[in-house]
Amino acid sequence: MSVAIVTTGLANVASVRAALRRLGVEPRLTDDPREVREARAVVLPGVGALGPAMRRLTERSTSGDTLAAALSARIADERPTLAICLGLQLLCASSDEAPGISGLCTFSAHVARLDAAPQLPHFGWNEVAPDAEMTFVPAGAAYFAHSYAALAAPAPNSKGAKGAKGAKGAKDAATAVAWTSHGARFVSAFERGAVLACQFHPELSGDYGAELLERWLARSLPDRPRTLTEAATC
Amino acid sequence: MLMQRIIPCLDVDRGRVVKGVRFQGLRDAGDPVERARRYQAEGADELCLLDVSATHEGRASALDTVARVREVLGIPLTVGGGVRTLSDARALLEHGADKVAVNSAALARPDLLREIADTLGAQCCVIAVDAARRLAAPPGTPPPALACAPVEDTFEVITHGGRARSGVCAVEWAARATALGAGEVLLTSFDRDGTGAGYDLALLRAVRAATRAPIIASGGAGGRAEAARHGVEAFAAGADALLAATLFHDGHMTPLTLKSELARAGYAMRLGAPRTPSLAPEPTP
Repeated sequence: MSVAIVTTGLANVASVRAALRRLGVEPRLTDDPREVREARAVVLPGVGALGPAMRRLTERSTSGDTLAAALSARIADERPTLAICLGLQLLCASSDEAPGISGLCTFSAHVARLDAAPQLPHFGWNEVAPDAEMTFVPAGAAYFAHSYAALAAPAPNSKGAKGAKGAKGAKDAATAVAWTSHGARFVSAFERGAVLACQFHPELSGDYGAELLERWLARSLPDRPRTLTEAATC
Repeated sequence: MLMQRIIPCLDVDRGRVVKGVRFQGLRDAGDPVERARRYQAEGADELCLLDVSATHEGRASALDTVARVREVLGIPLTVGGGVRTLSDARALLEHGADKVAVNSAALARPDLLREIADTLGAQCCVIAVDAARRLAAPPGTPPPALACAPVEDTFEVITHGGRARSGVCAVEWAARATALGAGEVLLTSFDRDGTGAGYDLALLRAVRAATRAPIIASGGAGGRAEAARHGVEAFAAGADALLAATLFHDGHMTPLTLKSELARAGYAMRLGAPRTPSLAPEPTP
């Protein structure tokens, strides 16, 4: 299996699935931790509320594994993983949206409500400005739909990846960050290795988003066929 | 900086785009998938698809239309029309909508908004408010005891495609709906719909003062000559996005042309992705 979309039963995956199909990838939908560990690339889409989503990720499967552990292991190893919107927030340590509920803690950031913003939710197109040259995220306008965001640059959290193979070396890798402003400056994307987290929705960001997804897929599946038709004839 | 949005609207009946004036006199305006593809290429920031089918078969075909539009569309898709239950909303999202617009059903049972927002997220819950100016009382009628605003500047929610007046204050309803969980207000002026006379600015100002949620102004976009001026007026009155159908369907203007004019008027608009450094060789001297 090449690309897996993690379904929590709460998130709408039709848009991200359609976007991947347009780029020649037929993703598989799964809530099986084993498949999340084994897939070459994984998308953690994010729509919905943080509390219920986190509960679903920490539920044990029949094998005793959890989606949370499978995702944390991938991220610690910097394997191709794309977290979108709430997906980005789930990688963080905590959120104002669900006080007392711990996130996956793979990154040390806290997620706060964008209370200084004139309008909430933050709906629409806004500028994404990378700190420095990023592998996947260019400067441009992307589509956002959220009320919460990380306000400080996230750092890999070795504690959160406890027990996961490869966690030790994680701190050596740089985490590149892109910023956006809505009332306050917040983290609109960050990347480390083949791990990419976007507060915006690349699948809804027109050509900008398609180009970003293409870059991430090119890195994650360098040998993939370019189109679905090509895949079908192979 | 958050940009203002331009949203073409497709009124869809039995798989075809239709358009009328003041919700009536619908005529065929093409294939929704082709329209969707074209509007995205022409710079639309989002797309809105309203199912105006009156029949059960029409409703079923709407899900199929949503799925076909999703296949080609890489910008947000809001779908409304006939959303009565949480499972209606869920079905639309599963077929590819990013947001669902809820109208009369929420008026009848406001908790529907809370259910959708809590289960599926506030970001996908849009309250569609169809508002009409209150009709003047027949001559000789005494003014209502609690009238505190002139009749011409008060608005009521209308339902059933404009055939029924609810008596509910449109401004208070928008505030209540967003407090219950709706993340955005799609505010349509019944009086201006399809007329090209400009958005209803008094309505926009009143709703802007009543909620912090983004407002999509709908109903009244003018033709090529007036569209940008109408847009500037609507943004100044508090709109975050403009919805238009006739303006784009009849080929008077593309979303990008309208956005360029609005950008010249000083508004932040998305005018196309900055190109990444070209891989083409430097021109030789």
